Amino acid sequence: MGYKTIVEDNIDILVAGAGLGGTGAAFEARYWGKNKKIVIAEKANIDRSGAVAQGLYAINCYMGTRFGENKPEDHVRYARIDLMGMVREDLAFDMARHVDSAVHQFEEWGLPIMRNEKTGAYLREGRWQIMIHGESYKPIVAEAAKKSADKVYNRVCLTHLLMDEAKENRVAGAVGFNVRTGNYHVFKAKTVICGAGGASNIFKPRSVGEGAGRVWYAPWSSGSAYGLMIGAGAKMTQMENRIVLARFKDGYGPVGAYFLHLKTYTQNAYGEEYESKWFPELQKMVGKEYLDPEASHRTHRPIPTCLRNHAIICEVNAGRGPIHMVTMEAFQDPHLEEIGWHNFLGMTVGQAVLWASTDVDPKYENPELTTSEPYVMGSHATGCGAWVSGPEDVSPPEYFWGYNRMTTVEGLFGCGDAAGGTPHAFSSGSFTEGRLAAKAACKYIDDGKAEGIRVSDEQIQRRKKEIYKPLETYQVYSNEVVAGSVNPNFINPRQGLDRLQKLMDEYCGGFGVNYMTNDKLLNIGLKKMAILGEDLENVAASDIHELLRAWELKHRFLTSEAVFQHTLFRKETRWPGYYYRGDAMKLDDTNWHVLTVSRRDPKTGEYTMEKAPLYHLVGDIEDKDLAKLKAEGHH
Amino acid sequence: MPTFVYMTRCDGCGQCVDICPSDIMHIDKSLRRAYNIEPNMCWECYSCVKACPHHAIDVRGYADFAPLGHSVRVHRDEEKGVIAWHIKFRNGKKDLELLAPITTKPWGTAIPKLAEVAAPSKDMVNSQLLFNEPKYVRMDNGGLNTLQSNGLSLKEGVYY
Repeated sequence: MGYKTIVEDNIDILVAGAGLGGTGAAFEARYWGKNKKIVIAEKANIDRSGAVAQGLYAINCYMGTRFGENKPEDHVRYARIDLMGMVREDLAFDMARHVDSAVHQFEEWGLPIMRNEKTGAYLREGRWQIMIHGESYKPIVAEAAKKSADKVYNRVCLTHLLMDEAKENRVAGAVGFNVRTGNYHVFKAKTVICGAGGASNIFKPRSVGEGAGRVWYAPWSSGSAYGLMIGAGAKMTQMENRIVLARFKDGYGPVGAYFLHLKTYTQNAYGEEYESKWFPELQKMVGKEYLDPEASHRTHRPIPTCLRNHAIICEVNAGRGPIHMVTMEAFQDPHLEEIGWHNFLGMTVGQAVLWASTDVDPKYENPELTTSEPYVMGSHATGCGAWVSGPEDVSPPEYFWGYNRMTTVEGLFGCGDAAGGTPHAFSSGSFTEGRLAAKAACKYIDDGKAEGIRVSDEQIQRRKKEIYKPLETYQVYSNEVVAGSVNPNFINPRQGLDRLQKLMDEYCGGFGVNYMTNDKLLNIGLKKMAILGEDLENVAASDIHELLRAWELKHRFLTSEAVFQHTLFRKETRWPGYYYRGDAMKLDDTNWHVLTVSRRDPKTGEYTMEKAPLYHLVGDIEDKDLAKLKAEGHH
Repeated sequence: MPTFVYMTRCDGCGQCVDICPSDIMHIDKSLRRAYNIEPNMCWECYSCVKACPHHAIDVRGYADFAPLGHSVRVHRDEEKGVIAWHIKFRNGKKDLELLAPITTKPWGTAIPKLAEVAAPSKDMVNSQLLFNEPKYVRMDNGGLNTLQSNGLSLKEGVYY
């Protein structure tokens, strides 16, 4: 194959994937590494790449300490409650204490942030969310990254990390291919900051046919954050903690502004409140410590997202679906109606298209809600991702190994979806994590930790052969059949993706089985995954575009395998409403008040699982109202 | 809502190809115009629609759940810093025009070039601070939050 090999050498910091995390990393790296060589590799165009490509109508993580609103520990506590206790609180605290400085810079760069005219503070949607006109959020932060980076390689899909051959378990760069020219790209780097994305489309989506791209998280979020890092042997955490979203049916339009700002609410098909009746049974499953509706009602303590999903799932199964969002009241106010529409146009245009096509005017009709297929990611209300070090002034010994946001592979850092245990970072928090990783990566280099890296030509050639293999497979076997996509020697990437999604759905707790799985199902699923893994050696690509899909599929596969392993390991139902372990239907704090950590041996493909201790921030972070309730005997 | 391209408006300039996050807008080799090669990987993000200088790209809702006969059009103007939307319902009863700002500053002018900013001091390097901190955290003279400053500690165990 006549593709050129293009080598970019002597890179100090390689940013692998530049969504909000990666752009934050590239931007900040220049400040701490004035003379360092900073290079970005992105499979799309950084002006519109990552989960924020389309824009956002809110920044969901902003403390507002400037306006006297919240302290970082308040946010940690919120994330802890929402995730049923499973959060890396050192990382969450660190992100929260820096996040406002990112947001203030965004405003200075031109991002329109709405203001509360009475107070002068940013306009709050909820306690943590501020409202923005964020159609150009991504192009604005991309501009900042471009100003800092030495080079931006758009349209280069990274497939593997390069490993140092002088010192074991140390990163040495990355390789991939240009999705337009087909050329092979080699990036030799002292450090890599992985800012690649989480995973949509690993569980069978509710949409079918042409609509299969209508997923909640972007279809280009191919789990490459995990595919790259797992492939390099980095430890992962909380990969079982997939997220299910309650969203407007079919379009998956966001509900945050509707609930929080427009004050809309949900009801069942018969106009009844349904949530509270499911809570007593649910409380028996998770314990009063995690679900105390009365305490939640009387304080600001939120009811965890998964538990609210659980009520929807139960009500629909009881035959009283669909669940509706009651918009007809709020939308009588023309100002609120306009916000409702702007909210979609700013971040999920497809929902506006859906309502226009189905004549659903929320002013006169309450739209349907549904629970989505599961997603695996680390920046929304869940914390899948790499096991990374925290900051030295916060983290306990088990959480600290020298450099903030460094994975267990030396010189490999993670931010955004790539960093595990840090839910509720969202866009601003992901950007902040990128900044933290960049500073630490510069320090790692300056401390001399990246000296003497050696990458052999053998490694580079081996990866090259591996990358182009799907094209070769196609060339060799496609002419054995007359035409069409049925071939006894290979599957194409779409066929492989369909198989993966069906498998994940049926054995790992997708929407098709009401998010239910158990040890038996998971073990059968893993067996089938192993065979799918073998077949993926025979995935075929007819052109460079399909080669991109083939590698996205391989990253999704590695992600899914980790999800299976983690789900099997955690023998409890920690997040009812995200998924259920039928063989262990209760939350079990005695055995499972821990973080799950995995490692896949890159040589053998074998998984080892371990439990990591959970540390919680304690001190003056208790909700005063809740403390009073507690004193009255509620806990 | 996968995108599609109007034959008479597209001149094959490739702006949509350049911007599509999903790599699905490609140029048809014989017609030399753009088209959506993989509608089921389209997120309806409108990046290509906004980027097209001829408004040649439009969207028709996903066939599996969106009936025909609707329209959501957009015009994004970086110079004026605004985006204009036009929504039309299938039954014609709703016809909405909405305008929103996309930036408050002329493009790119307000973003600092960090290579030209004074280098951080050694103290700064050894601290927990990021660029522009601590000032930008609170926009005053307050310091960065630490466990100590906030009277906190991290403890192993079961806490709610």
